[in-house]
Amino acid sequence: MTGSMAFVIDMLVHATPLILAGLAVAIAFRAGIWNIGADGQLVAGATAAAWVGISVSASIGWLALPLALIAGAIAGAFWAAIAAWLRSRFGVLEVISTIMLNFIATYGVSYLVRGPLQEPTHVYPQTSDIAIGAHMPTLVDGTRLHWGFVIAIAMAVVTWWVMRYTVAGFRVRASGVNPFAARSAGLIDVPRVTMAAFIVSGAMAGLAGAIEVCGVTFALYENISPGYGYTAIAVALLAGLNPLGVIGTGILFGALETAAGTLQRNVGIPVTTASVIEAAIILVVIAIARIRQSRAASAA
Amino acid sequence: MSDVALELASITKLFGRTRALSSATFAARHGTVHALLGENGAGKTTLMRIAFGMIRPDSGTIRIDGVGRVFASPSDAIGAGIGMVHQHFTLVPAMTVAENIALGGHGIMNPARIRAMIAELAERTGLSMDPDARIEDLPAGAQQRVEILKALSRDTRILILDEPTAVLTRMEARELLVRARDLVSHGGTAILITHKLRDALEFADDVTVLRRGATVWSGAVSDATEETLVSAMLGGERVRAESVAGVAASNPRSATPVMSLTNVSVRDTLGVERVKSATVAVRAGEILGVAAVEGNGQRELLRLLAGRMTADSGEVAIPPVVGFIPEDRQRDALVEDFSLRDNVALLGAGLRSGMMRWGEAREQTRELISNYDVRARDESLHARALSGGNQQKLVVGREIEGSRTALVAENPSRGLDVQATAAVHARIQAARDAGMAVVIYSSDLDEVLALANRVVVMYNGRAREVPLEHEVIGRAMVGLDLE
Repeated sequence: MTGSMAFVIDMLVHATPLILAGLAVAIAFRAGIWNIGADGQLVAGATAAAWVGISVSASIGWLALPLALIAGAIAGAFWAAIAAWLRSRFGVLEVISTIMLNFIATYGVSYLVRGPLQEPTHVYPQTSDIAIGAHMPTLVDGTRLHWGFVIAIAMAVVTWWVMRYTVAGFRVRASGVNPFAARSAGLIDVPRVTMAAFIVSGAMAGLAGAIEVCGVTFALYENISPGYGYTAIAVALLAGLNPLGVIGTGILFGALETAAGTLQRNVGIPVTTASVIEAAIILVVIAIARIRQSRAASAA
Repeated sequence: MSDVALELASITKLFGRTRALSSATFAARHGTVHALLGENGAGKTTLMRIAFGMIRPDSGTIRIDGVGRVFASPSDAIGAGIGMVHQHFTLVPAMTVAENIALGGHGIMNPARIRAMIAELAERTGLSMDPDARIEDLPAGAQQRVEILKALSRDTRILILDEPTAVLTRMEARELLVRARDLVSHGGTAILITHKLRDALEFADDVTVLRRGATVWSGAVSDATEETLVSAMLGGERVRAESVAGVAASNPRSATPVMSLTNVSVRDTLGVERVKSATVAVRAGEILGVAAVEGNGQRELLRLLAGRMTADSGEVAIPPVVGFIPEDRQRDALVEDFSLRDNVALLGAGLRSGMMRWGEAREQTRELISNYDVRARDESLHARALSGGNQQKLVVGREIEGSRTALVAENPSRGLDVQATAAVHARIQAARDAGMAVVIYSSDLDEVLALANRVVVMYNGRAREVPLEHEVIGRAMVGLDLE
C-alpha cells in the first residue's frame, strides 16, 4: 500500500468518530442546547458497547455487533438525559452539567478498567477484547477502515433529511432559533422538543463511542477518547451546523490529526501543533461568520 | 457660528441594490425640536444613523455647526456632541442605572463621580433617576429616561430620538416630549424621528418629511398642516386612514360564542392573580375590543382566549386553532432568520407530524404575499429583510387564513405607519365580516373604538363589559366608575 493510500485510510478512520460526534453537537446546537458533553456521552457509549462486547456469548455470532452499537447509543442517550433532566427539573445549565458529566465518564472508565471490567490477568488497565462477533467488518480488506465510516456518512444524510424534510426536524430548528415564536406561533412544546433533541444528540455521540470500540480498539481502556467530543464542537461549528457539512469538516479534522501523528513520528513536530491549527481554523471561521453577519445586519 | 446645528447634505446610501437614501437633505437649527417624519422604510433611521456615525454614507456631507465632518464610528459622533437614543433599548438589564450610564466611558469607574454627574444631569434636565435601580426592574418609560440620560451624559448638544414614544404609554410619551422641549430651551437641538403626525405638530418647531429615501418637505411647523404633511409622507397614493373609522354596527352575529371564558383565573409565577374570575364571550362576526391600562391582566386574558396560556381555574372554551397576532411580532410571531415560507410553515407545526409539505407551504406563502400585499421579492426571503409593516401583513394573513374561525390581536398596529395600519385594520374587519370571532386589544383606545363592536375593560384583573363610549371606557380603565 502506498503512503498516500495509508494516509487516506487513517484519515477516514480518524474522521469516523468526529463525524458522528460532530452530528451530535450539530443536532443539539440546532435545538439551542449547548451540549458540551459529546465527549462524556461518547465515552459512555464506548463503555456500554465494550461491556456488551465482552459479556455476550460467542454463540450469538454477528448479532453481538448490533447489540453493542445499540447499547452504546442508549448509554450516550442516557448520559445526555441526565443533563436534560437536570435542566428541565432544576434549571441547571447544560453547559455546566455536561462538562461535569464528561469528567464523571472519563474517571468512571478509569475506575472500571482497573476494577470490575479489568481484563482477567489484572495487569493492564483495560478490558478484555470484545467478542469477534462484535467486531465491525472492514471496508477495505487489509486496512483499518471499517464500516463505521459508512454508518457515519449514512447518519449524516439521515440527520440532514430529518432536519430538512420532517416536521420533527423543523420543530427542532424553530425551537432553537426562536423558542418564543416556536411556542406562540408554532404551538410547539419547546422544552419537550429541545430535550428530545438533546437525548438524540447523546445517542449519536454514544454511537460514535460504540463504533470506536467495535471498529478500532476492540477493548475499553483509559483515554479511549482523545477529546473527540471537544473537537466535535469545532467540526460542527465549522460545518455551520449543517449535517452534510459535518462529513467534510469531520474528514478535514481527521486529516489534521492523522498528519499530526505522522509529523511527530517522522519529523518530530509535536502533535499539539494540530490542536493549534484546529483552534486557528475555528477562530478564522467564527470571524468570517461574524463579519458576514454584521454586513447582513447593516444592510437590513 | 452657523444657525444650523446639524446639516446633512445630499446623502445617498445603497444597501445592495436597494436605495435607502437618495440625495436626502436635512438641517436642524440650534434651540429647536426638529421632527423627522416618514413612513416605515422611508429612510429616517438610516439617515440619522449616518449622522450618528453608525453607517457611512455612499456620498454626501455631514456638517456640524457648519463644519464638514466624517464619522468613522459613533464615538466620533459622540465626540462631536451628538447623542442618539435608539428605538430598541441598548441597556444592560442586570446592571444599575449608574453602571449603564458609565458604560462607554473611559478610564477608571468612579461611582461617586457618576452619581454626582447623574444628580447634576437630573437637575439640569428634570429627568430624575435612582442611580442604584436595576434596569430590569424599571418600566419602559423609566428605561427610556435612562437612555436619554446616557445620551446626554457626554456633553451632547444634538440629541436624536428614534421613535421614542413607541414603547411608552401616552402619558409617558407626553412627558418625554415636554422634556425634549425643555432640553432645547438651553440651546441644544433635539431631533425626533417619528411617524406620529400629532407628536410632530404639537412638539416640533421644524419638520422634515422623507419619502422613499428623499426629502420631500421641509419647513417650520407653523407652515404645515396635517394635510400637507400626510400628503408629503404618502405622496400621490390615497390616504386610507379614514376607512378605519365608522364601523357598521349591524353585522350578522350568531348567538353561540366561538370563544368563551367562564370564571377564569390565572396566577403569574409569583402567585399574583393576574386575571380574576373573568367571564367573556366572543361570537362569530363580531369584534370584541379590550381596553385597559398596561398591566391590568389584558395580556393574560388575550393569551387565554388565544389558547397560548392555560387557566388556573374556570372554564375556557375555544376552537382548536385560534389565530394570534402578538404585540411583539419579531419575538413571538416570526422566526426572523427563517424564510417567509418557513414562517408560514411554522403555524401550528407543534400540532402536525410526519413530513413537511414544502410545496404546499410555498404556495400558501405566495398567496399570502399577493393577497395580503406583502412587499417581498419572493417566499425565500428572510423575514428579517421585511419592514415592520410587511412583517405584520404576513403575520395577519397567516393567522387569519390559518384559523378562519377565531382571531386574537394584541396591539396589531404597533410600530406601523399609516398605510400599513389601515391595511391591517381592513384585514381584521374583513375577517370579522367573513364570520370570524375577533378579539382586539390596543393600548391606543381610539384604535379599539374604531374597530370594536363591543368593549370589555380590564381593570385590576377583572373584566367588565362597558358601553361603547369614549368617556365611559376611559373612566372604567382607571377604575373611576367603581368608586
